[in-house]
Amino acid sequence: MSAGTAKLNVTVAEVKPINDLVTRFKFVRTGGGDLPTFSGGAHTVVEMQDGDITRLNAYSLMSNPADRGAYTISVRRDDQGRGGSKFMHSKVKEGMEMVISNPVNLFSLDLRAGKHLMLAGGIGITPFMAQMHQLTMMGGNFELHYAVRTASLGTYAKELSERYPGKVHVYHDDQKEAIDLKTLLANQPLGTHVYVCGPKGMIEWVHGTAEEMGWPREAVHSEEFLAPASGKPFEVKCAVSNKVVQVGEHQSLLEALEAAGIDAPYLCRGGACGQCETSVIGYDGKFLHYDHWLTDEQKAGGKHIMPCVSRFEGKTLVLDR
Amino acid sequence: MSKTEFPPSITSRPVYGELEARAGSGHLMIADAEGAEAILDLAKSADKDFWAKAHIIYIPKNTGTKYSSQLEELGAGQYYAGPSYEAAQGRIRRALLDCHMGTQVYLTGTESLMGQAAAEAAAAGIPHTAIQTEHRGSTARRMQCVHCKGITEDVTTDPFECSHCGLSLFVRDHYSRRLAAFQGVRVDAEDPGNIPEKVELFK
Repeated sequence: MSAGTAKLNVTVAEVKPINDLVTRFKFVRTGGGDLPTFSGGAHTVVEMQDGDITRLNAYSLMSNPADRGAYTISVRRDDQGRGGSKFMHSKVKEGMEMVISNPVNLFSLDLRAGKHLMLAGGIGITPFMAQMHQLTMMGGNFELHYAVRTASLGTYAKELSERYPGKVHVYHDDQKEAIDLKTLLANQPLGTHVYVCGPKGMIEWVHGTAEEMGWPREAVHSEEFLAPASGKPFEVKCAVSNKVVQVGEHQSLLEALEAAGIDAPYLCRGGACGQCETSVIGYDGKFLHYDHWLTDEQKAGGKHIMPCVSRFEGKTLVLDR
Repeated sequence: MSKTEFPPSITSRPVYGELEARAGSGHLMIADAEGAEAILDLAKSADKDFWAKAHIIYIPKNTGTKYSSQLEELGAGQYYAGPSYEAAQGRIRRALLDCHMGTQVYLTGTESLMGQAAAEAAAAGIPHTAIQTEHRGSTARRMQCVHCKGITEDVTTDPFECSHCGLSLFVRDHYSRRLAAFQGVRVDAEDPGNIPEKVELFK
């Protein structure tokens, strides 16, 4: 399959539970050798063979980008999710061989920044861990503000506070601690860029507050991977491959295309990167656009869809695939 | 003077917009000559509390005192009028050093002033796309001679003589944001001595 990026055959070198919800996985190249370099903020797409379903989930790389011996990711178990994180937690064992994608970075540092202000919520900490390694090597100036639910669910909070003394600020929800965003944003020197990774509400809060306070859009960066939403099953006609594909209730359109043997492009599988953008040839019904990629105008226009997260309800949908 | 319409050009040529009062923790406004009019126009729509956080740096050039009292009456937290861009440069750098993210930068007047001040603001860490500009007044250009690298200000004709090395230079639209200057190239390089007549292109 040529879609996505080049694949890497890896072996699971370590599976380490970090707390009640999060487990860390370490991958080394099967048969030995170096893995490709990456930059802080990059993710990999992990292929999971779950029975007859192939699941493809993107996870941020959290290890030191300079360490080509292994990649590590941390996976938060989502019991309400579609099963990818549960598969990782219950089925993946040390010694198992897996396939992951080459790293792709959609959340890179802007290295023109004089200072990097990082805001993490929960498992959103992982891309920052690689970025902090990178900035430490480069002598970069950074500050991390990390909101966690409780101390025990504060994944890596203690170790980060020890590794980067004075640069890490942890806020515990259960102790009514919260990031004082307005004060924080008001006191940053010119040339600061702010990065946020966490729940949707937190990302919107940071973008909204920064805009209100006059921060340039180019200095505010975020990453949020969406899990494909479930919804009513629908049917799609693919004009190029001349196939009719059924999209199941808990299946994304992209997954349905792949299951039908259609080589559809993708990178992030989370509505962020734009790689899977597909032209709509005709439709009778309504689109359920969930992505961050298309503009509101494009979403209303009915000419494009992002099959990784978006759905359709109605009679007919014909795609240029 | 009305807002300037420039003929369509290559992508490196800067384009300018219209200043608008934006939300921000401070407002650094740098203007020369007729640029004062853009600030006075913006004042019609800006809130009262806008000016307390504003710092106006104004270089009147050949407009003398025509706009000074009107600008002063806006009640900016800080107001400075100086004889030249070079004289104001130290103040501009200091102002950029002191302000925080959220400060808005407004540049208006000649291309020379906007280009030089934009380069300072970008070097201080403001993305160049977040810097507001509005052209007013003279369309004379700040030119760099590609041969001797000298800068000639207020060029109004094509070709013109480099004020440093004396070569006759063809005025290009090719622009450098770093130098805040258009590129001047020897007009008779292929056929020395064959120098076309000067045409006044800019006023």
